[in-house]
Amino acid sequence: MKTQDQAQDINYITTPLTPETIAELRVGDAIRISGPVYTARDASAKRLAADLSSGQAPIDLEGQLIFYMGPTPAPPGHVIGAAGPTTSGRMDAYVPDMLSHGVMAFLGKGRRSAETRHVMQANSAVYLAAVGGVGALLSRHIGEATVAAYPDLGPEAIFRLVLDDFPAIVADDIYGGDLFEQEWPKWTSSPPAAS
Amino acid sequence: MAKTRELATSLISEAVSRLVQEANFALPDDVIDALTRALEREESPRGREVLQMMLDNNGVAANDSIPLCQDTGLAVVFVEIGQALILSGQDLNDAIDAGVRTGYRTGYLRKSVAADPTGDRVNTGDNTPAVIHTEVVPGDKLKITVFIKGGGSESVGAAKVLQPAAGVSGIKQFVLDAVRAAGPNPCPPLVIGVGIGGTLDAAGLLAKRALLQPLNVTNPNAKLDRLEQQLKSEINESGVGPAGWGGRVTCLGVRVLERPSHIATLPIAVDISCYCLRRKSVTI
Repeated sequence: MKTQDQAQDINYITTPLTPETIAELRVGDAIRISGPVYTARDASAKRLAADLSSGQAPIDLEGQLIFYMGPTPAPPGHVIGAAGPTTSGRMDAYVPDMLSHGVMAFLGKGRRSAETRHVMQANSAVYLAAVGGVGALLSRHIGEATVAAYPDLGPEAIFRLVLDDFPAIVADDIYGGDLFEQEWPKWTSSPPAAS
Repeated sequence: MAKTRELATSLISEAVSRLVQEANFALPDDVIDALTRALEREESPRGREVLQMMLDNNGVAANDSIPLCQDTGLAVVFVEIGQALILSGQDLNDAIDAGVRTGYRTGYLRKSVAADPTGDRVNTGDNTPAVIHTEVVPGDKLKITVFIKGGGSESVGAAKVLQPAAGVSGIKQFVLDAVRAAGPNPCPPLVIGVGIGGTLDAAGLLAKRALLQPLNVTNPNAKLDRLEQQLKSEINESGVGPAGWGGRVTCLGVRVLERPSHIATLPIAVDISCYCLRRKSVTI
């Protein structure tokens, strides 16, 4: 589901996602995400990909959004501690397994490899980016947090979160657009040589 | 014989515990000033929004008692030990780790240390061991500096022993290549620490120490000051911007430290910090 706030030009999306919602997202769109999502990062993403490959999925990923994040422990009176995105590129290797089990979006920070972008596009999935290093601020947009799988991994466990207007931006859409490729040349006075 | 002073290492544990917590809940004043100036200079609306979030986050962390960032880092602890001191009690390294253990537990900080990097990478569960750098200095005081380094920015650092013929242009190229390769990943606007000279290991340590230098103090070495300004302005021409979402401000500051090297070498190390540069010192 998606609604648009014309005045502020913000798209509000809710999970689980649908192909229709995904198709409406364009690179650079400011979005607010609400609804349940799952976290995964280095250790948990690796184990999840292995479990998915061997048919032992611990969670249902259909229409899901994977948030690359490992929070600080919840202090008394809070549902979670600091909870901002980690660098997504480290989890590129696990993207194909997640896509083949129904994941439609990834949320993290930084850039994906060209290969990962192609795989996401081929599977009609998007990559959403959040601001890194503002985990205190972002924790205010998380209403619930429970461990859904791999509790032995501590901060790297898979958490089920319920987001509430969590702020992000569309970094890679299903039409091949890439935020970083699109934005950097606008602000450079001397473009670096192509590498 | 010179007068000595006895210092119980339990005081060092208490100081480290306090420092790891304070560093994780509030940005240093010089970083806040640099972000504020960046906001004045940034032309990209999206970049301005990101910088405002970074400044707001500092207030939320204090208000909600939530760490600035979920990556509460590997604690890098610098200890300057006055040579007139006699340390009594627990072994110094154990005392520092005890402080890290207590601070990370009572501060609800994330434990992010993998025990065996090439093995199962099991979490040590208490964020120890810290990386500890000790230095013996004149006097009878002990200065502890805690530097909280996140994995995202640490993983884009680089070091190499260049040939002397590479010169300053080789140094600049090496720094710019590292920053370019890092792109949006280490949470720009970045602070860049550069260590030049010594040996491979010494350059790496210098680069980390460079990140401890305040952003609002001019480098006393005019040649290095010029290098810092040139690097900063070139990095800011990349267009990467705050969070990497495009903009004029990719770099908050560059700090360079230099020391003598072998006649055949030009060692260089680049240590990249996210905008969220967390460091705190105390002298006891």
